[in-house]
Amino acid sequence: MNIICKTENLGSSLLNIIEAWGRSVVFIFKTLKACFSFPFRFQLFLIQMYQIAVNSSLVICLIGIFTGAVLAVQGEYTLSKFGATAFTGSAVALSLIRELGPVLTALMVIGRAGSAITAEIGIMKITEQVDALKSMAVDPIKYLMVPRVLAGIIAMPMLTGMFILIGIFGGYVVGVGLLGLNSGTFLNEMITAVSTLDIYSGFIKAFVFGFIFAWVACYKGYTCGFGATGVNKATTQSVVTASVFVLVIDYFLTSVLTQYFMG
Amino acid sequence: MIEVIGVSKSFGTQRVLRDVSFKVNEDEILAVVGPSGVGKSVLLKLIMGILEPDSGEIIVNGMNITKAKTEAEKNKIRSSLGVLFQSAALFDSLSVFENVSFPLVEHSKHKKDVINSKVIEILESLSLTKYAARYPQELSIGIRKRVGMARALVMEPNIFLFDEPNTGLDPLDGQEVYDLIKECKEKWGFAGLVISHEIPEVFQVSQRVAMLLNGRIEEIDTPQNLQQSDNPAVCQFLEGNVDGPIQIQ
Repeated sequence: MNIICKTENLGSSLLNIIEAWGRSVVFIFKTLKACFSFPFRFQLFLIQMYQIAVNSSLVICLIGIFTGAVLAVQGEYTLSKFGATAFTGSAVALSLIRELGPVLTALMVIGRAGSAITAEIGIMKITEQVDALKSMAVDPIKYLMVPRVLAGIIAMPMLTGMFILIGIFGGYVVGVGLLGLNSGTFLNEMITAVSTLDIYSGFIKAFVFGFIFAWVACYKGYTCGFGATGVNKATTQSVVTASVFVLVIDYFLTSVLTQYFMG
Repeated sequence: MIEVIGVSKSFGTQRVLRDVSFKVNEDEILAVVGPSGVGKSVLLKLIMGILEPDSGEIIVNGMNITKAKTEAEKNKIRSSLGVLFQSAALFDSLSVFENVSFPLVEHSKHKKDVINSKVIEILESLSLTKYAARYPQELSIGIRKRVGMARALVMEPNIFLFDEPNTGLDPLDGQEVYDLIKECKEKWGFAGLVISHEIPEVFQVSQRVAMLLNGRIEEIDTPQNLQQSDNPAVCQFLEGNVDGPIQIQ
């Protein structure tokens, strides 16, 4: 009897997970479809761009400059064991462009803007504002989700670009200014080592992470439970789920991009 | 105006509505009363097409909202409805003026100055002009409900749905909301459905009252006849007795 109950519970949990996945896929398909239908609310899109991109830029700059600085210190230390400190610039740039730029930017944006989006939509849901939109014949997917998803997809590569540039600047300042590396060698090796495909790879990742961040944040807000506990739970789930997705998908993207585009 | 025919709705194993049928006639306000948690708000969401019934049909202005497959079809039916939500459901990021103009900006093809003059007119008739630049969080719940009514009235609906219109209000503000409903009905002449558990206040605005209990319409009649009903459940609810056939959950 106990085994039957446990099996039933397991089956029910699995069905719930599959159902939730199905709902989230339907949700994003509806949102993407709505992106290509009129009216396009440009003003709402600009507000979301401001919320996601402008409001996140300070923290992105701060994290970027220190990440670049740390990479320069670690790179110089490791490469000095092989007598190859000349390649510190290329190590800093490649690490930032191919991996750390997109991933750290995504994690920071998820923590800052993703949680805000989930909480905002969640509160709108529990205070019946989403129902009010529906009652006024306004599609909440078009009005609330489309501007946020588009802004997420566009803002993430922009913030990643900013992170990489600031990170390289931080690495340069520490490498050349503090560790005494040659400025010309640092920059020349960096330019030689970084290819256009490396840059594409970084921005493809940023674009995908932007999509994941916006999808998860909007979906979790839209399906949030009742009351303050519901919003709290949805916000936590949004940050955790999107962060885990970003790291898991990062591995697969890195494998695919390295294998097929650079291999 | 609204016809609810044999509607049932369950959430998981919990059956909320069972074979509910009633009709709201033109120029009439029907109140649906009943204890908390009997599915009154669910009924309202079914009429708005936000939820779908398990069985039965709902016809709004001659159009069957339960058979509307797309949101566009539902929106066409919803455009004739005005709704006052329990919490007023004003948009936090918009001022009172922007909240009231919102449905017009979304749906009307008029120019901005025409929209603005219409909003000003509605705000004046509901004594809201001085709050126009304020945001919902700066207003009392009574004023928020008033703004909610203005937002719904600006589209001149021919059916108005009220979800617990005086919840969270003190007796004076509550009475003011009911006076406002009467006043607006006279001025704009809509049919209405009021969901409430405020007895006997809701009798002032309704021509008929339906009592919802255990997911079914227990009785439907004029307020006067309902007050003289010999149905024990109706008597218990109207008198507010703890003892009786209605089990307090």
